[in-house]
Amino acid sequence: MRRYVARRLGYALLSLFLLSLTIFLFVRATGDPAVLLVEPGASKDDLEMIRTQLGLDRPLWVQYGSFIGNLLRGDFGHSFYYRTGVLELYLSRLPNSLLLATAAMAFSLLVGIPTGILAAVRVNGWWDGVGKIFALLGLSMPSFWVGLIMILFFSVYLGWLPSSGSGSALHLIMPAVALGWYFAASHMRLTRSSMLEVLGAEYVKLARLKGLPEALVIAKHAFKNALIPVLTLAGINLVIMVNVAVVVETVFAWPGIGRLLYEGVAFRDFPVVQATVLLGGVMIVIVNLFVDVLYAVIDPRIRYER
Amino acid sequence: MNTSRSASLTLSGRFAALRLSGVPLIPMAILAALVLIALFADVLAPHDPEVGSLGDRFQPPAWLAGGSDKHLLGTDHLGRDVLSRLILGARVSVVVGFTAVIVAGILGTGLGILAGYLGGWVDQVIMRITDTWLALPALTFAIFLAAIVGPSEMNIVIILGAVYWTRYARVIRGEVLSIKERDFVRLAVVAGCSKRTIMRRHVLPNVVNSAVVLATLMLGVVIVTEAALSFLGVGVPPPKPAWGLMLADGKKGLMAGYWWLTVLPGACIMLMVLAANLLGDWLRVKLDPQLRQL
Repeated sequence: MRRYVARRLGYALLSLFLLSLTIFLFVRATGDPAVLLVEPGASKDDLEMIRTQLGLDRPLWVQYGSFIGNLLRGDFGHSFYYRTGVLELYLSRLPNSLLLATAAMAFSLLVGIPTGILAAVRVNGWWDGVGKIFALLGLSMPSFWVGLIMILFFSVYLGWLPSSGSGSALHLIMPAVALGWYFAASHMRLTRSSMLEVLGAEYVKLARLKGLPEALVIAKHAFKNALIPVLTLAGINLVIMVNVAVVVETVFAWPGIGRLLYEGVAFRDFPVVQATVLLGGVMIVIVNLFVDVLYAVIDPRIRYER
Repeated sequence: MNTSRSASLTLSGRFAALRLSGVPLIPMAILAALVLIALFADVLAPHDPEVGSLGDRFQPPAWLAGGSDKHLLGTDHLGRDVLSRLILGARVSVVVGFTAVIVAGILGTGLGILAGYLGGWVDQVIMRITDTWLALPALTFAIFLAAIVGPSEMNIVIILGAVYWTRYARVIRGEVLSIKERDFVRLAVVAGCSKRTIMRRHVLPNVVNSAVVLATLMLGVVIVTEAALSFLGVGVPPPKPAWGLMLADGKKGLMAGYWWLTVLPGACIMLMVLAANLLGDWLRVKLDPQLRQL
């Protein structure tokens, strides 16, 4: 077990290294990174200052060393627009993103799990057909379009919900649905296939043979086991939601990380863009590590693999 | 069933065999129509999509009160004809979508074959990079790259290729690992073929199926990403008509209830993505039973 965890940890560290290297090299690949990292409209002296600060005359690996050194000290650069450290800015927006992602996750599970179960129980019935169409639409409609259409209906025509901003539960509804929409479809698909697998298992057959009513078989024996892969995916998806909410947050002016990234692009605030990508990658690497280890704890077979 | 996997069958032969069983006509027709519209966009568009007159701004579609036959689907905030912009927008989506999928496909398939067949440190390096890039959230990564290289259609294709090749590399490498152990590859080794020849003549033809399936499934993803980038202002630069850009412009009339500026471009995106997904699902089942779990 310890060896397994150590190896996974090694992979994760390697990933983080490659991640930082990728970002570092891309920024330098286009020629002069000073142009990206200095305020638009900065003077020649400012440019020169940034160049010496970055040490662009030094060899690449020295530059990379100081880049990593800064990151490890929590120095992700300075935002031109907000005039504060980028990390501070990021952390101040993170709670909003997490709130939105949690609400979107709740929506996607509330929709995805019941429909997935219904589709599996009545496999190839009309419910299954409706479910398939729903899943297909969910995967094909861009989340930001869903958001815009909702604004049109619920804000403009009906006037029920605020079209943008944050601060109340009402503000949360539309962004959460728009963001959760796609994930509802994928959770539905997984619930259905996982449920089908479990329903074919021996212990479910036994439960049926001993005469339990079908509802009880499904609720008590099948449902719980079918839920495991869905919840694992949901855990990973929560982190992904935080990082893909850019467009939805922009549509609804929701003050999360995605909106921060958009502002970074719109105001040519490059340090913000760079930090958002880096931290997004770091978050996902860590979650993957966590899931790998968790799997090994649950299932001893994985520990002895390879 | 698996005759399609033998190395001797040509690509055209494979697709001829496909024709026998129920081709999903509707998605095929939608995609074909979009490609045709993209090809003849200049002829089909009734007005110049980039020029409008401010006197005609926010006109509703022809069938609504206040609409005119001059602008069948209405006009936007600059008085530009929506129908013409949708038609020219199809060209952007088709061109960017198909080229990006092909660029990513060639890159990913090539690297996947190299990693899978050569193994060793080549495999390690390529797969570690693949895993790392997969960990970067695709849209965020694309925005980051777009912020560096600046917006243009060409750059979007390169960015999307750079972001999405990893999806191919993963799957193709896995396939190559099993193909490598098959008899025809071993015989080729015994016969003295060079590694290059084996990869090109014996391995590549056997992974083309999977690459095509993946490409079709990726088409939808790529189109949505392009639309998202354009929507955020880092994709196709204005005044070029791209559907994502039209949605961004449409926001300006949203609160006033000018629905056609939001509903129509989004519907076009959805139609194209839906068609690509349906076709991809069908191809997956048809061409590559191993990918059914994907």
